[in-house]
Amino acid sequence: MSRPRTFDLRAQPGFAFIALFTFFMLYLPIAALVVYAFNAGDSMAIWEGVSLRWFQAAASNERVQEAALRSAIIAICAASIATTAATMAAIATTRTKPYRGLTFKYAFINQPLMVPEIVTAVALLIVFSRIKVWTGYSGLGYLVAAHAAFCIPFAYLPIRARLESMDLTLERAAADLYATPWKTFRYVTLPLLRPGIIAGFMLAFVISLDDVVITEFVKSGGQDTLPTYMLGQLRRETTPEVNAIATVFLLVSLILVTAFFFINRRKA
Amino acid sequence: MRGILLTGTAAIALLGFAGLAHAEGELNIYNWGDYTSADMIKKFEQAHNVKVTITDYDSNDTALAKVRAGGHGFDIVVPSANYVPIWVKEGLLLEARPDQMENFKNVDPRWVDVPWDPGRHYSVPWQWGVTGIGVNSKVYGGDINTAAIFLDPPAELVGKINVAPEMNDVLFATIKYFGGNWCTDDKELLKKVRDKLVEAKAKWLAMDYSVTEKLPAGDYSAVYYWNGAIMRSRLTNADIKFGYPKEGYPIFMDSVAILKDAKNVENAKLFMNFIMDPENAAMISAFAKYANGIKGSEQFMPEEMKTAPELVVPAEYEKAGQFLESCSPEIVDLYSRIWTDVQK
Amino acid sequence: MASAAETARQAERADVRSRWLLSTPALLIILVAAIGPLFVMLAYSFMVKGDYGDVKFGQFSLDGWFSVFFSRDIFDDTVGLADAHLSIFWRSVKLSLITTLLTLGLGFPTAYFIATRPASTREVWVFLITIPFWTNLLIRTFAMQEVIRNEGILNTLMMWLGLIDRPVQLMYTDVAILFGMVYVYLPLMVLPLYASMEKLDFRLVEAGYDLYATRLRVLWRIIIPLVRPGIVAGSILVFIPSLGAYVTPRVLGGGKNMMLGNLIELQFGAGRNWPLGAALSITLMAIVMLALLVYVRNAARSGAQHV
Repeated sequence: MSRPRTFDLRAQPGFAFIALFTFFMLYLPIAALVVYAFNAGDSMAIWEGVSLRWFQAAASNERVQEAALRSAIIAICAASIATTAATMAAIATTRTKPYRGLTFKYAFINQPLMVPEIVTAVALLIVFSRIKVWTGYSGLGYLVAAHAAFCIPFAYLPIRARLESMDLTLERAAADLYATPWKTFRYVTLPLLRPGIIAGFMLAFVISLDDVVITEFVKSGGQDTLPTYMLGQLRRETTPEVNAIATVFLLVSLILVTAFFFINRRKA
Repeated sequence: MRGILLTGTAAIALLGFAGLAHAEGELNIYNWGDYTSADMIKKFEQAHNVKVTITDYDSNDTALAKVRAGGHGFDIVVPSANYVPIWVKEGLLLEARPDQMENFKNVDPRWVDVPWDPGRHYSVPWQWGVTGIGVNSKVYGGDINTAAIFLDPPAELVGKINVAPEMNDVLFATIKYFGGNWCTDDKELLKKVRDKLVEAKAKWLAMDYSVTEKLPAGDYSAVYYWNGAIMRSRLTNADIKFGYPKEGYPIFMDSVAILKDAKNVENAKLFMNFIMDPENAAMISAFAKYANGIKGSEQFMPEEMKTAPELVVPAEYEKAGQFLESCSPEIVDLYSRIWTDVQK
Repeated sequence: MASAAETARQAERADVRSRWLLSTPALLIILVAAIGPLFVMLAYSFMVKGDYGDVKFGQFSLDGWFSVFFSRDIFDDTVGLADAHLSIFWRSVKLSLITTLLTLGLGFPTAYFIATRPASTREVWVFLITIPFWTNLLIRTFAMQEVIRNEGILNTLMMWLGLIDRPVQLMYTDVAILFGMVYVYLPLMVLPLYASMEKLDFRLVEAGYDLYATRLRVLWRIIIPLVRPGIVAGSILVFIPSLGAYVTPRVLGGGKNMMLGNLIELQFGAGRNWPLGAALSITLMAIVMLALLVYVRNAARSGAQHV
């Protein structure tokens, strides 16, 4: 072979540059956001010196804390449900001969993507409010169900993409060794599927965290989430208080990632 | 993965408890976001031993749709003036007779016999304001008491104007600009309105809500927007001046009303009475930065609000202000088609 | 005494049955909390609009559907095609398409970069992609404004570098909308791409190089075909939601021009025309669904294993 020994099979010219540029652009607005959380002034656009007053404001604002916590709870529940359901559905709809109803399932599962939020929101309002009247239950369950539904396609598509590009040989080998289908799934398929599941869960999680319109229509009394709380501020006045909350959120997620990284490394 | 699932199930288990508990001493308020003073609520909670829950909405239509659908659990809602008759007509409001309450004597007579609730049988004033002109006087020094600022903008302001993205407020000012009446179906006049808006829109920078940020920062040099926000802008940047369009400008008033299917009617009535107290009304104003319609509340207001040119309407412009009435369904349809045409 | 063919058929039937069973939870959730309620909307689109929003239940009318495609001129009552709707539709499709291409252009190298990191750090990079998205959409959009405002970071940076001598107006232009949408939708492209790239079989790449293929050729002929499912998934996840995008065009685009999401929102809000809103959105859904089904059919024909 004429190839030099150091030839990197994986390298593609310019890719690392574009990737690092993308990361830079992703974090640029975030950096601005964090900086303004420490603004002494009332504005998200005019810098008036360093202060912690917005962190104090956020710390004494019970409504905003509750809203943030509620957002996180709903997102965790909805993303877990959606990811589990989507993983099962993805397994059921890939790597098979076309069967009756396969295309139908595909369209059905992706349907929540195709309607603007406001329409699902109004439709859900009509149906769920009837259920609320009938059952008398008006807890967070409705929000979780609504979120889980629109999160499913976001979890389903990456998992499915993963399944499609996955190598079958290991699973066949396991089957040849008389592993039960469940064991094959648990010890072979699932670990192989892991990156897809993580990607799917992450997407579902952030999509749920972001939702405004459906939440606005489905929520009952006292169920504001961080986005619906902020929607009110959007019309009146946005202060760096929301930056302070976002900064705390970011900090928590960074700690989680770091912990995750170290746990992973120890395992490796 | 298993961790995720576990957290998920644990959280679901918790959910079961979230919907329970309708104890004594509750009050569920459904109000515009960022509009309710937390201090005032705390005071009410302590005075009457009631636990208050606040939920936000961001448009009259959303609030109306949600309450009409039922199963909401709210006691109190704060619709805008033009929506109150709709709420009444749809049978959603309780005739709570606030006019017979103890503190009703404090309501400014100007706000008692209002067209949308004559004699105040359903609602009490919460906050009121106007949609007017805010201009950075460093950029433009001419007359700003006219809608021409955004409809026929002077050269200095072209490309630096922000207009509230509100169909009714914008159409109102434009119809008045051409001498028409609100809710008119005069096609010739409306054609002028449409053409003027299409022409003027090209000279605007945006139709956005973030005025308190961008007017003082200099991103905008002129706005057609709510007076409270323009006042907040002036407090950050003293060059901002407020103008009342002499051709006509819309007044809005949001009023507190009790829902017919409210579970905590007594507490809701206590709350109505509570906010008609001047000191409490002033707390709302201090937070939301609008006037409240309760006599004697001025003395409890922050210094900067007592004389604010945005809140105290000069006598010569008082007549030009008019409530945004709710037009007939045919007219609403016509107006929303014009609006779509302008924004396409 | 079942023949071999019979057993095979039975096994196949059992397989299909278990596949239905597996997909039941997902189908059920979507049925209850997404598709089911939409039937209400379908019914609404055929009713007389209520005076103050909602519909007059049980009163049949085709007005909603009529006004999706045709409009009576506001001023002389002549009937013509609804050109306002068409131009809003076209604008949305155009911006969504560009957004998809841009996210692909940035997302593909990024996903590839992540997928080729050492195994222990890959998931950390995945987290790093999503962390900015843990702050919610509204905050993120505000933060984006700080970057592209006239006095914002980007303009200041470019002036400092001497690339420009006065700020470029980016806010409230289509460029700002694109900036924002690419920013918002990027993870929706990167994550599916990453999921399908992570186990890329580099033996195939090596084979390509052995045959003296250039890097570009290897990328084009080997890598891209292998990760095609990821590209498709990512493009669907970016393109379709951006058709209905609402917050970004409103805040960064300045809200002067509507997109489909805003148009439909108007009908359920101040426009008080729920039947039209319902009909508009069902039309949109039908178009998207049709495109997706045609795609799935074609893909199924071109290669059985890559549906």
